[in-house]
Amino acid sequence: MPVPPSHVLIFSLLLFSIGMLGVLTRRNAIIILMSIELMMNAANINFIAFSRQLNNLAGQVFGVFTIAVAAGEVAIGLAVVLALFRNRDTIYVDEVHVMKG
Amino acid sequence: MSASAVIFYVLASIAVLSAAMVIWSRYPVHSALYLVTTFLSVAGIYVLFEAEFVAAVQVLVYAGGIMVLFLFVILLVNLKDTLGPRVRLHATFSSLIGTAVVGLILYVYSQGRVPGSPGAAPMLREGGNLQAIGTSLYREYLLPFEIASVLLLVAMIGTIILARQKT
Amino acid sequence: MLGLLWAIPLLPFLGFLLNGILGPRLLPRRAVGILASVAVLLSFLVSLGAIAAIADPVALAAAAGGSLTTDAGHHRAVQTLWTWMPIGTSAQGTVLRVDWAYALDPLSAVMLLVVTGVGFLIHVYSIGYMAHEPRPAYARFFAYLNLFMAMMLTLVLGASLPVVFVGWEGVGLCSYLLIGFYYDRVFDETTGMTCADAGRKAFITNRIGDMGFMLGMLLLFATAGTLDIQGILAQAGTLGTGVCTAAALLLFVGACGKSAQIPLYVWLPDAMAGPTPVSALIHAATMVTAGVYVVCRMAPLYQHAPAALLTVAVVGGATAVFAALIGLCQNDIKKVLAYSTVSQLGYMMLGAGCGGFEAGVFHLMTHAFFKALLFLGAGSVIHAMSGEQDIRKMGGLDRYIPWTHGTFVVAWLAISGIFPLSGFFSKDEILAWAFRKSILLWGLGAGGAFLTAFYMSRLYFLVFHGRARFDKETRHHVHESPRTMIVPLVVLAALAFAGGVLGVPEALGARNVLGEYLAPVFEAAPAAGTAAPAHLAAGLELGLMAVSFAIAVFGIFLGWVFYAQRPEIPATFAENVGGLYRLVAGKFYVDEIYDRVILAPYYALCRAASWFDRYVVDGAVNAAGYVTLGTSYTSVGFDTYVVDGLVNLTGYTVRGASWVFRKFQTGVVQSYATAVVLGIFILVSVYLLTQGH
Repeated sequence: MPVPPSHVLIFSLLLFSIGMLGVLTRRNAIIILMSIELMMNAANINFIAFSRQLNNLAGQVFGVFTIAVAAGEVAIGLAVVLALFRNRDTIYVDEVHVMKG
Repeated sequence: MSASAVIFYVLASIAVLSAAMVIWSRYPVHSALYLVTTFLSVAGIYVLFEAEFVAAVQVLVYAGGIMVLFLFVILLVNLKDTLGPRVRLHATFSSLIGTAVVGLILYVYSQGRVPGSPGAAPMLREGGNLQAIGTSLYREYLLPFEIASVLLLVAMIGTIILARQKT
Repeated sequence: MLGLLWAIPLLPFLGFLLNGILGPRLLPRRAVGILASVAVLLSFLVSLGAIAAIADPVALAAAAGGSLTTDAGHHRAVQTLWTWMPIGTSAQGTVLRVDWAYALDPLSAVMLLVVTGVGFLIHVYSIGYMAHEPRPAYARFFAYLNLFMAMMLTLVLGASLPVVFVGWEGVGLCSYLLIGFYYDRVFDETTGMTCADAGRKAFITNRIGDMGFMLGMLLLFATAGTLDIQGILAQAGTLGTGVCTAAALLLFVGACGKSAQIPLYVWLPDAMAGPTPVSALIHAATMVTAGVYVVCRMAPLYQHAPAALLTVAVVGGATAVFAALIGLCQNDIKKVLAYSTVSQLGYMMLGAGCGGFEAGVFHLMTHAFFKALLFLGAGSVIHAMSGEQDIRKMGGLDRYIPWTHGTFVVAWLAISGIFPLSGFFSKDEILAWAFRKSILLWGLGAGGAFLTAFYMSRLYFLVFHGRARFDKETRHHVHESPRTMIVPLVVLAALAFAGGVLGVPEALGARNVLGEYLAPVFEAAPAAGTAAPAHLAAGLELGLMAVSFAIAVFGIFLGWVFYAQRPEIPATFAENVGGLYRLVAGKFYVDEIYDRVILAPYYALCRAASWFDRYVVDGAVNAAGYVTLGTSYTSVGFDTYVVDGLVNLTGYTVRGASWVFRKFQTGVVQSYATAVVLGIFILVSVYLLTQGH
C-alpha cells in the first residue's frame, strides 16, 4: 500500500461527492447516469483499497460484482432514457414531473 | 515519498479533475470522454493496489462496453445540456451540501480521528492474484456469481423490452 | 377387514366429493354413474368382509388392538378413530368425552348389508332412470345419493349418539335436497305445492322429531354421564323407570319424525316429489327405517320403560292401519306406495313395541327388498308411461312391460303376505309378537295386513290389468326400460322372494337364522322385571299363520273382484258412502287439521306478536326517537356555529400550510434526491461530530 488509507478515502470521497453533485444538479439524464457511474467507481475504489490493506481477496471479488451490476444498471438506465425520449421527446429530468403536487 | 505514491497522487488528481469536468462540460460527448479518462485513471490506481484483474475488467467493461453504450445513446439523443434559463434552487442547495460534506470529512480528518495507518505488507501469492480471484469466484462465491449472471440476463431482457420500437 | 370400518362411510363420501366437484363440468356422464355405483359397491364389499370378521368369536377376540376394541361374546367390534368432543371431567370424576367411533354388531351388520346392497342396486337403476337429465343435474343427483349413503352408513355405524345424530341430520339434509331435486317444478297441482316446498315440509317436520332426539340425548347425557350407546345401555337398569321412559319417549319422537309415524308422517307422501330412485332408496328402504333402527338399537332402554314400549306399539299399530286406509283411495302410483311405506313402518314399530325387536328388524329388511322393488317397478312404469303417475290412466300394461310386470308381481305378493314370500314370514313374526302382547294389537296388525293386501291388489290390477286407459299417443311410446333398470329389479325380486328364509319361524320346523343372529344384541342387557313372554304354542302359532295367510288371500281376492272383475263396484260403493269416501280420499284431512289446529294458532300468535311489535315495542322506540329528535335540534345550532367553526378553522389552517408545503412537491426527482442527501448529511454529521465525545 503506497499511501495511507485515509488518503484513498479522501480521494474516493471526492469522486463520490462529484458524482453526487452531478446527479443532483445536471438536467440531462445521460449525464446523471454518468454521475452515478462515478459514484459507483468511488465505492469500488474503497473495496479494492481495503482488500489490499486487509489482505483479503473478498474486496476484489466484490469489485468485480459491482462492475457487473453497474453494467446491467447502465444498460437499463439508458434504455429508460431512450424510452423517455421516445415518449416525451425530452431527456431533461426536470421536464418530467408527473409527481408534482 | 515513494514512486508509487507519486503515481497514486497523480492518477487521483487526474481522476478527480476529469470527474469534475464530466459534470461541468456542456456537451454530453465531452462528458463521456472525460468519463473515460476517469475510468482509466481509476484502473491505474487498481493496478497500484495489486488488483490487476479488477483493473482489466474496469478497462474492458467500463472504459470499453459501457462507454460505447453511452456514446450510442448520446448519438441517438443528441440534446445540448444547459443549465436552463432559471436559477434552480436545489442546484445551488446541493452544491452547498456537497461542499459541506467534503468540508466535514476533511475537518474530521484534520482532527486526527481517521487512523492513517502505515501500509501493510505486499501480498505475495503464488500464481498471482488472478488465480486466487478465479478460485474464490468459482468456490466460495459461486452462488453470487451465478446470481449476478441471472441479474445480467434479466437486465438484458429488460433493456430489450424497454428500448424496443413500438410498432 | 374390521380395520377398514372407517372406510365404509368414507368411500361414498369420496364419491360425493368427486362427483360434486368434478361431475358437473369435467367428468363424462358415464363416469359419474359408474363412480357413484362403484363407491357404494366397494362399501358393500368392505361391509361383507367386516361382517365376516365379527362372526367368529375367537378371531374377533384376536383382532382387538390399536383403534379396535372387541366384545367377542356379543359379536361386537368398535373402532375409535379420534376424540371428537373432549368435554372434560365431571364433578364425580368421570371423564366426559365423545369419540368418533364406529361400532359393528349383528344389528348394524344387517342394516349395513341392506343399506349398501339395496343402495348399490338403486344406484345402478338410477343410471338408466336419470339418463335423460342434463349432465349437471345428473352429477348433482349422484353426488347427493353418495352423500346420503355416507350419512346413512355413519348413522348405522355410529357408536355414540352424537355420531348417530350426525348421520341422522345428514340423511335428513340429503332427503331435503333430493325431494327438492326438481326444485323448479310444481308437485301438487291442487295446492300449488312445488317440489322445493315438499322438501321444506319434510325438513321441518323432521326437525320437530330431531328436537325430541336431541332432548333425549341430553337427558341421557345428564343422567348416564355418557353418550356412548353401549355405555348408556349398560346403565339402563340403574337409571330408573322414570328417566328411561322419558328418554325412550323423547327418542321415539325423533323416530316418529324420521320413520313417518303418527303424528309426524305427513311429510313422507309429499316426499314423493323427488325422483323415483330417491323414493325407493331414501323414502322406502333406508332412511325412513332409521327410526326403527334407533328404537332397536336402544332396545334395552325401552325394555326398562314398559310404558314407552307400549306407546311405540300403539303408535305403530295405529299408523299401520291409518296409513293403509288412506292408501286405499290414492290415485298416484307413488302416493299409494308412500302410504304403504308409512303403514309398513308402523308394522315395524308395532313389532319392536311388542318386544319383538328382531321381528321389527326382519320386517325392516324384507320391506327394504320388496318396497324398493315396488318403487323401482313404479319408476319403470312411470318411465314407460313417459312420466304419467295417475293409475286411473294406466291399465293393461302387463303386455307392454313384461319384466317390470313380473318383478312387480313378486313384490305385490310379498307385501301382501303370501306364503312363502319374504313378507309373509316377517309380517307373521310381528303378528305373533303382537298376539303375545295383546289381542287388540294383533287386531290392528291383522286389519292393516288385510288393507295392505287389498290396496296393493287395487294398485296392481289397475296398473297392469283391464282396459288400457291411456291415449294412442302414450301407447305408441310405451316401452320396456333399459337393462340397467331391469337387472336391479330382477335381483331385488329374487331377494323379495327368498328373503324370508332368514326368518322362518321354528313352528315350521326350521331355524330362525336372523333371530339367532340378532339375539346377542337384544340380550345384551337383560330386561329387569319384564320377563320375555313365553313362546307361543306351536299349534297356536300355526293357527295364527293360517289366519294371516287367509286374510291376505281374502284381501287380494276382494281387490281382484273390485278392480279386475267388477270395476263398477268401487264407484257405487264410493257413491253410497260418499262422506266416508271423501274423508279417506282426503287423507282424513290431516294436513288441513294441522293447518287449522297448529299452523292457524301459530300464525295468530305470529300476528299477535307482530301487532305487539308494531304498536307497543315500536311505539316505545318511536317515542325514544322523538325525544332524541328534539334534543338533536337544539344541538344542531351549537354544531353549526361552534363545532363546525372549529372544524373549518382547522381545515383552513391545513390548507394554508399545505399551500406552503406543496411547493416542495415539485415532481422533479432531483429535489427529492437533494432532500435525501440532506438527511444523510445531517445523520452523518451527527455521527461524526458526536463520536468520541
